Amino acid sequence: MTNLEKYDKAFIDAFNVAAEDLPNLKYQDIAAWDSVGHMSLMANIEDSFDIMMEVEDIMDFSSYAHGKEILKANYEVDIEA
Amino acid sequence: MSYEELLTIEPFALAQDEKNSLLLKNLLSLTEFHRANCVAYEKITDAINFRAESVNGVEDLPFLPVRLFKEAELASVLKSEIFKTMTSSGTSGQRVSKIFLDKETSLNQQKTLIKIVSSLTGSARMPMIIIDSPSVLKNRQMFSARGAGILGFSIFGRKSIYALDDDMNLQFDRIAEFVAENSGRKIFLFGFTFMVWKYFYQVLREKNLKLDLSNAVLIHGGGWKKMVEQSVSPAEFRRALNEVCGLNEIFSYYGMVEQTGCIYPECEHGHLHASVFSDVIIRRAEDFSVCKIGERGVVQVVSMLPKSYPGHSLLTEDEGVLLGVDDCPCGRKGKYFQIIGRLANAELRGCSDTYAAEH
Repeated sequence: MTNLEKYDKAFIDAFNVAAEDLPNLKYQDIAAWDSVGHMSLMANIEDSFDIMMEVEDIMDFSSYAHGKEILKANYEVDIEA
Repeated sequence: MSYEELLTIEPFALAQDEKNSLLLKNLLSLTEFHRANCVAYEKITDAINFRAESVNGVEDLPFLPVRLFKEAELASVLKSEIFKTMTSSGTSGQRVSKIFLDKETSLNQQKTLIKIVSSLTGSARMPMIIIDSPSVLKNRQMFSARGAGILGFSIFGRKSIYALDDDMNLQFDRIAEFVAENSGRKIFLFGFTFMVWKYFYQVLREKNLKLDLSNAVLIHGGGWKKMVEQSVSPAEFRRALNEVCGLNEIFSYYGMVEQTGCIYPECEHGHLHASVFSDVIIRRAEDFSVCKIGERGVVQVVSMLPKSYPGHSLLTEDEGVLLGVDDCPCGRKGKYFQIIGRLANAELRGCSDTYAAEH
């Protein structure tokens, strides 16, 4: 799996959303991405990329797009590569 | 100062004088905000002739009895902005408080809790054992206070498990396995006081089960009343847990669903501390005048956090005593206090007390 596939899968597994809806998806946009869903998403991402995220980054992880930036800037995970 | 800016201040570093001016300014503007956005709150504050000009200190601000959130639905945002409702823990038959949250208030609650808790445990995330049952979080639109507590603290968990199943049975094998998998790492335990006592400690003791949690930290809160009835003092609670699983680091806290996020942690000297985000004022029950240090009274809590509902200044049904200001030996600034218990005739509340009353 490419990083992008792993990243998408983390969202799809957590929220049961369609891949085409991901690019514009933001925290609290859909019922499934609430604070409970957020913690499952974080767990999926940590497992997929074998990283441990900081509390600040978990709070800052506010959208599908911004999440990519956080992973690249702070965890050396380049989703687009 | 905006709430964002407040979040950059060390939670226990501000001396009371400095804190008071910050509180006064922010609470006064919150009072005006809620008057402009919540008709019921405006009527109540009009009825007591509230005038911003006559407020000279934090203690002059109006306060609502916490019980009012059971009797009326109070919100300062449009219905369409409410994205989560939290309810107080109440025994069945009791009316529960309803607290309406929009995205902003809900996010600030989480950020506030993070600031306060990381000042105790550091901001590193730890493998987490939640001493409760997963069924607590089943309804995601309507959280109980227990659910809100678990969720709020879960951000400190990196991989978490529930210690109890849906029928409140201790999952000992699962816990033992989890502890083994994480040997060498610090484990974070969270639970409500009475749950920890009855479903964790007592089961371990009775079945003579041993766990090594000497490298773990427990945070617990949510009602001592049930523990007082069973004559379990905070010191006995610590000693007992240490005996069955070697736990050394135990923090309790005082807090309530009506001001979620602003918890009051207990320091190593057994004192509860108010953070920069909130404060306590102890009042005499007969005329609501402010008590002196060392004098028992009714606890009022003020918080700069609540924006989607008018809960920034509340008179609780708890009895407490202010122990001092700025001079706790632990080094934390601001007020420190002790909760004595529930006022006579007050309803049974507290996450684990209400559960206990039904089981």
